[in-house]
Amino acid sequence: MDRFTGSDLLCIRGERMVFTGLDFEVAAGGALILVGPNGSGKSSLLRLMARLLKPAAGAMAWNGEDVSDDPDAHNARLHYVGHMDAVKPVLSVAENVRFWAGLRPNGAADPQAATARALETFGISHLADIPGRFLSAGQRRRVNLARIIASPAPLWLLDEPTTALDKEAIASLEGAITRHQRGGGMVVLATHAAIEAHAPSVLDLGDFEMAEAV
Amino acid sequence: MERFIRLVGRDLRLAQRHGFDSLLVVVFFVIAVVLFPFGVGPEPNILARIAAGIIWVAALLASMLSLERLLQADFDDGSLELLVLSPVTLEIIVLAKVIAHWLTTGLPLIVAAPLLAVLLNMNAEGFGVLVLALFLGTPTLSLIGAVGAGLILGSRRGGVLLSLLVLPLYIPVLIFGVGAVDAAIGGFAFKAQIMILGGLFLGTLALCPWATAAAIRQALE
Repeated sequence: MDRFTGSDLLCIRGERMVFTGLDFEVAAGGALILVGPNGSGKSSLLRLMARLLKPAAGAMAWNGEDVSDDPDAHNARLHYVGHMDAVKPVLSVAENVRFWAGLRPNGAADPQAATARALETFGISHLADIPGRFLSAGQRRRVNLARIIASPAPLWLLDEPTTALDKEAIASLEGAITRHQRGGGMVVLATHAAIEAHAPSVLDLGDFEMAEAV
Repeated sequence: MERFIRLVGRDLRLAQRHGFDSLLVVVFFVIAVVLFPFGVGPEPNILARIAAGIIWVAALLASMLSLERLLQADFDDGSLELLVLSPVTLEIIVLAKVIAHWLTTGLPLIVAAPLLAVLLNMNAEGFGVLVLALFLGTPTLSLIGAVGAGLILGSRRGGVLLSLLVLPLYIPVLIFGVGAVDAAIGGFAFKAQIMILGGLFLGTLALCPWATAAAIRQALE
């Protein structure tokens, strides 16, 4: 069974210590919800997990193997949803989703069908041929979420995925997360909104802040 | 390889949908060259003598014009972050973007250059060498420019900074590009200059994707 762990992580941003001595563990089928006040390092931790940031100290491992040993393999097993939706204004919704799905080696056998299914999941099938520039913020976010469904990857790193989403889309997302977990996937989620996930464990980043030095 | 072609294809499609932008580069190139006869006067001998230099300098400036867009657009909308996180090695992604950039900006310049050479009354012996030198030189410009485009990510007034970073590095290409054409017109051997241009191309091909990838990773920290 897959396990993603981090131990004794230290994150420094602009000479400020964001968190220190942080450990986490997610197993296949698990969900880790990151909570904490603004600036407590939820996004930083997710970017650390994606290796967009490097920890100042500590290490992360996938099934006991250090993730920095093989960066491409780590990239192949994760999906990251950040603050920006990466929807190209001149490409249609389907083209946007299909491009990202096509970049992955473990993509579905039929990217066309996988894209259609992903758009269906988030209720944007009718927008498939619309260029990205005509989409609303919520629709762009749905396209971004459809991207992660269109090609399978075991680890989802979602940074405030519910931003700009309506109730119906949040329900679709919860359904997608639950299905992902049931299929043995893992989810790490930073959020302020209440999102239902199966058997979540909660990591409060407020606990790892440095005591203010006097 | 299939994914590499997909990356190039995406950038080409983006360029095609933006249509006007890549056309702008060629139009700039033509206008910049056409200005010279007005500036130095319509004396055919003078124009013929400086034609190679004018064309190369204009090509340098034109290829720089579009560099800011090379990575900045992807950086602004979050695509670059996802490209870095894709299982394709970042150096390969950079190479794909550079190829797409060259196809949309460098190649049209090469097509336009002989026409402008006629306009400037350049000696016909130089035409073939001019095209050959541009074929080796313009990819080098795109490669060097990619490093600059990576370094300015996230900075304000990136365009000006980019020219300051990149133009000095273009000088060797300019010297040997013009040198090859002048040698051919004067009836001398131009093999050495072409070889050096080829060497510059291979050197930048090996170094620049790597340096650009490092700059991108730094920008995303």
